[in-house]
Amino acid sequence: MSNSSSQTPQTTSPIPKIRHNPSALIRIQSVMMRHLYLMRASWPRIFEMMYWPSIQIVLWGFITQFLLTNSSYVAQAAGVLVSAVLLWDILFRAQLGFSLSFLEELWSRNIGNLAVSPLRPHEFLTALMVMSMIRTLIGILPATFLAILFYEVSLYDLGLPLLLFFSNLMMMGWTIGLLVCALILRVGLGAESMAWLTIFLIAPISAVYYPVDILPEWLQALAWALPTAPVFEGMRAILFNQGFQLNLFIHSLLLNILYFSIAIGIFLWAYHVARKRGLLLQMGE
Amino acid sequence: MVQHAIHVENLNKSYDDVLAVKSISFTVKPGETVALLGGNGAGKTTTISMLLGILLPSSGTIQVLGEDMVKDRFKVMHRLNFSSPYVDLPRRLTVRQNLMFFSKLYGIINARERLMHLAEELNLLELLNRPTGSLSAGQKTRVSVAKALINEPEILLLDEPTASLDPDTADWVRSYIKEYQKRTSAAILLASHNMTEVERICDNVLMMKYGKIVDQGTPADLLHRYSRTNLEEVFLDIARDRKNAPKQKDTGTPGENIPRKPPHDDLEYGDI
Repeated sequence: MSNSSSQTPQTTSPIPKIRHNPSALIRIQSVMMRHLYLMRASWPRIFEMMYWPSIQIVLWGFITQFLLTNSSYVAQAAGVLVSAVLLWDILFRAQLGFSLSFLEELWSRNIGNLAVSPLRPHEFLTALMVMSMIRTLIGILPATFLAILFYEVSLYDLGLPLLLFFSNLMMMGWTIGLLVCALILRVGLGAESMAWLTIFLIAPISAVYYPVDILPEWLQALAWALPTAPVFEGMRAILFNQGFQLNLFIHSLLLNILYFSIAIGIFLWAYHVARKRGLLLQMGE
Repeated sequence: MVQHAIHVENLNKSYDDVLAVKSISFTVKPGETVALLGGNGAGKTTTISMLLGILLPSSGTIQVLGEDMVKDRFKVMHRLNFSSPYVDLPRRLTVRQNLMFFSKLYGIINARERLMHLAEELNLLELLNRPTGSLSAGQKTRVSVAKALINEPEILLLDEPTASLDPDTADWVRSYIKEYQKRTSAAILLASHNMTEVERICDNVLMMKYGKIVDQGTPADLLHRYSRTNLEEVFLDIARDRKNAPKQKDTGTPGENIPRKPPHDDLEYGDI
């Protein structure tokens, strides 16, 4: 406090009349702005986002080079492993970006401020999704350029379908992110490690590096019940010159819509329970 | 026309078998400052949380600016604000970034102008570019007050606004809030343990114990009724069930001031 602190405060300048804009877009932008401020202030955060995807590419690039001369499968399409790594990372980064933005609000004990503001839950979720997309692009774009530079493998060779794969993987990432956040809302920050672990539960049956038909029959049924397996099968179809498989895209999209809707419902239920039990003000480190 | 800024009727909140708030009713008029007084676990924070819409009541009604806070809270959220020790402002953001974020969150278009005005009034100009986490408790409180006033709220809910502040800073914050109210006719509901604060700035006091409002009135009314010279003594009378004791000044009889149970024994009624 300054030395004038004990005096009665006085208005020192004309009081500006407040002009309001009750638009949802402004509220969504404000949450994004808060996360972008955070990112901008810390280069290690940005570096961390780019670090793993880039390391993965370097590693899988060398593995591909080795397998090109030792595996007839990889020899048919040099980019099959590197492309799979990049697409898998889109899914992982989308989920992690969503969950971490949410966790950031809990770690900083800011969730109470958001809950007691004009920000609606669906606007908050929208902001988290946009932030997840920004984080994913920051992480993945440098890795895709590295793949081109060092191994002459371009993810962009997938053409327009890449956008469709990207959309489906982002949506699946948000679905898992929503479920992780709902779990954290229910049981508290003790479950925060799930933000890093959950995605790997579906990795073995997502057919990232191998076709679905490698899996035992009962697991194949599970794989086809996920939106991820059709994306990776679709990617392989393009790389092995079978063209874009519309049926696989629609399969993935429909499952995504179904799971995403369920995940939104679960998150809103967990949020409702948190309001009922008074957890929103208590959460934080 | 809305007559009451806050209107609460038969409000209850229970957690499993524990009743945290029991059938309380009260109103706060525009321009009025009302205090919720009570020991730890009396239900003050639970009540404020329900008024903010962050905690769902088990039964009863809460109307804020004429709107039902359970069903239609988003119709009025931009017209109220709060400060609570249970929340922080993002620590890594600078004071300027925090105030900018909250002004946008409340849909203020001339955010920069509003921010600078508050920064000037609350002596924050020199702190604007410092990370909020690096501020002292007093500085953080001033930033929290700026955040709570960013949308020029018609209703201000303050949970222990001067806790952990030195007397000088606390006094300054009280004066500032009072000045703000004089200018805007905002309704203020304040939960506090600081009796001097309550006597100084509140028009009405709701005394809470075990989740119930056990007494209420103006500070002068309460002092008169309990034949006490300050609210702290009234508070102790109520906390120790001495309401019906002879209404005379405490003679300091040995043992009389020993609480019947530990001060925190009522935590089961839990502030959230």
